[in-house]
Amino acid sequence: MSYTSLQPIPQRHWWKLPAGRDEAIWITAAYGWCLVMLVVMVGWYFFGNQNQAGEAFRVTIDGFSNKVDEMIEEHQLKDTSGTLMSEGETEVPLVKVPPGSDYYMGAHQYSWGSIPVLELGQTYVFHLSSLDVDHGFSLLPIVLNLQLIPGYDYVLRFTPNKTGVYQITCNEYCGLGHHLMAGKLYVIDTAKNVILDGKGGITGMGS
Amino acid sequence: MKSLQEYFTCPDTGLKFHQPVIALAKANIIAAVVYLLAGGLLGIGVALTRWPAIHLLPSEYFYIFLTGHGAAVLLFWIHLFSCGIAYFFCTTPINARLATPKLAWVCFWMMVIGSAIATVMVLTGQATVMFSAYPPLKAHPLFYLGVILFAVGAVGTNFIILATIMKARSEKTYKGSMPLATFGVMTYAIIGIFTWVSGAIIMIPTWLWSMDLISNIDPQMYRLIFWGLAHSTQQMNIVIMITIWYTLAAVLFGARPLSEKVSRTAFVLYLFALQFGSAHHLLSDPGTSFAFRTFTTSYAAYLAVLGSLLHGLTVPGSIELAQRRLGLSHGLFEWLRKAPWANPIFSGLFLSLVIFGFLGGITGVTMSNQQINMIIHNTMYVPGHFHGTVAGGTTLAFFAFSYWLVPIITRRKLAYPKLAQYSIYLFGLGMATFSLFAMAAGHLGVPRRHWDITFADAVLPFQFPGTVQLLMGIAEAGVMVSGIGALFYLLSMFGTFVGKVVEKGAAQPLAEPAGVVAARMHGGTEPAHGKGLEVPGSLILAMVLLIFLAVYYYAQYKYLGTIWTIR
Ligand code: HEM
Ligand SMILES: [Cu+2]
Ligand SMILES: [Cu+2]
Repeated sequence: MSYTSLQPIPQRHWWKLPAGRDEAIWITAAYGWCLVMLVVMVGWYFFGNQNQAGEAFRVTIDGFSNKVDEMIEEHQLKDTSGTLMSEGETEVPLVKVPPGSDYYMGAHQYSWGSIPVLELGQTYVFHLSSLDVDHGFSLLPIVLNLQLIPGYDYVLRFTPNKTGVYQITCNEYCGLGHHLMAGKLYVIDTAKNVILDGKGGITGMGS
Repeated sequence: MKSLQEYFTCPDTGLKFHQPVIALAKANIIAAVVYLLAGGLLGIGVALTRWPAIHLLPSEYFYIFLTGHGAAVLLFWIHLFSCGIAYFFCTTPINARLATPKLAWVCFWMMVIGSAIATVMVLTGQATVMFSAYPPLKAHPLFYLGVILFAVGAVGTNFIILATIMKARSEKTYKGSMPLATFGVMTYAIIGIFTWVSGAIIMIPTWLWSMDLISNIDPQMYRLIFWGLAHSTQQMNIVIMITIWYTLAAVLFGARPLSEKVSRTAFVLYLFALQFGSAHHLLSDPGTSFAFRTFTTSYAAYLAVLGSLLHGLTVPGSIELAQRRLGLSHGLFEWLRKAPWANPIFSGLFLSLVIFGFLGGITGVTMSNQQINMIIHNTMYVPGHFHGTVAGGTTLAFFAFSYWLVPIITRRKLAYPKLAQYSIYLFGLGMATFSLFAMAAGHLGVPRRHWDITFADAVLPFQFPGTVQLLMGIAEAGVMVSGIGALFYLLSMFGTFVGKVVEKGAAQPLAEPAGVVAARMHGGTEPAHGKGLEVPGSLILAMVLLIFLAVYYYAQYKYLGTIWTIR
């Protein structure tokens, strides 16, 4: 009996009907591919260098905000004349913490709070959180994107592999000034004399 | 005789309709189309702003328009339209009566009133929080109330659909098993119930919070449950779209699935994968473990992916099989080349299938791989991806289905058939362009939902390279083309709804039967039936998709491997 997809089929037990050969080939290929993706995903977790699962802790907004302030207090860069370094009209502080230590990035409407200065090849423990609403941490030009959520401390170890001036944009809508939220990050290599030029860039290679 | 007025039989197609279904379908479709018009205009406003050379709207209006666009098209257009046609799928093909037409009207009005309230709140600038409304961003309480009303109405329609099918089963209105199309809609309704319930679980507390009756909504918990709602609504429109694909293939070519088992199992897989799959929206969020992420994006998501891949073969396969049986069996692709490309019902079906698979599908699977997610999350890539799924895929399928169903239920000839024909190509190709170029811009880091990528007023200056401006310009020009396509669709729908009623011959002419085409082409052919494959052409198309996917996926991991070490 002939019927179409818009008509009832004679058999009550449709699951007993056979599948065709074309379909069998396709199911094998398609599911095989899904398994490849599974293996790569798990493999990358153990052997790959980029994994964002990280750790997360619940924090209070005030607690986190204090950590940010303490860090800036202690580690804001000074220039040769001893004045604290900052950029932009609102004087966003440049902050350089020792390699291996914690960096607290508290995003808020509409600023990233500080400008990290990192050393090439060193590992930093980044704490990413928000002090008000959701924000999107987007590090350019490498296009690394992470979601920041108030009350959650997102902990990830970053090891930069290229010197340069990076930009941070916010890519989660966070209010009517969302598009104002541009930030900056420097990766320098003091040993090779690739350092801040004091004019918003870096000297030597990679600038 | 009650039954005389209770049913209406279409003189052109022989389809028998329960009268209330006709009125309900018309009402839901009209409401949906109004939202497509509103959402389309808002979308054009957004696009003209994101086009760097034009930058039309001031920032506040941009964010209002964007919120309005998302809500109007993603929620209201898609779901009102789906409800309207779901009533058809759960009755006519199985000879059934709609279980409770009165309740269906109540649901309809709840959806209309709810969506109207939410839209007004957005357009008056009191709910500029994007459709995702992540707290602690707060909107006016009426916005949440509107969404809740809409969700309650929508869940009501899902219960009515299930009740109708159960009643038909117990009254034995049909023999054997229900048609594949009805099976699809049953899946849709089951998913709908899960979906809207999780919507209520999160939206009700958020509404209370917006009135200060609850002090705190955990923003991470919100995201988790919200995507339980929003991801499954996406799954709902996929299911409806696939049901449309099978149905139009049946209508045009007398097609049926290669095998009932595989096509139906593919629907069932969606049910299993349902709620877990939604976690792929949280892959770059803090707060979940590697194991959870892996489980949800592999085991769970792959079941859904597999379901979609299966339909990806069996939908074109069902067309190929039908065409070959009738004589279009030369070579690998005669069945496709000689298909009725000038008929918008067919071109809409096939373009929707291709755009959904090649643009929406490949990119969706790739970006739900855990680590890859962090190089696309929240960039322009994301709108690029989902305009491939929900605009170029689902919406285009809705266009095609409208061209078939609306003349039948309104008893009016399709108005402006030429515009209808062009609408498919303009909308499809425009959306494909937007999708591709927006994704390219996303790969270069352009943020989504962003008013000004020149950062003219930001404290720290930043400029994207010129390529980015160019990519965004092309993407938004694509949007303009699709806007013209949508306009043609709207004109054709409007003309049809206000047109003259005809006794007979309202239904849109279908394809010239393949047998006739084959006879003209090569004096008819004996259906080539062989030891070989049944649908080699479709299998090749499917394999090409898989190869594209593999290559693209490889390129993403390769790039990922070059960036900083992140642990
Ligand atoms: C004429 C048709 C359309 C136009 C002009 C259009 C244009 C756009 C543009 C330019 C964006 C901005 C992306 C961004 O800045 O992040 C956008 C976002 C969006 N579009 Fe469309 N689109 C159209 C059709 C559709 C359809 C049919 C759907 C769904 C059924 C849809 C769903 C969305 C959603 C959900 C967003 C995201 C909103 C958000 O991020 O909150 N669009 N659209
Ligand atoms: Cu923002
Ligand atoms: Cu999703």
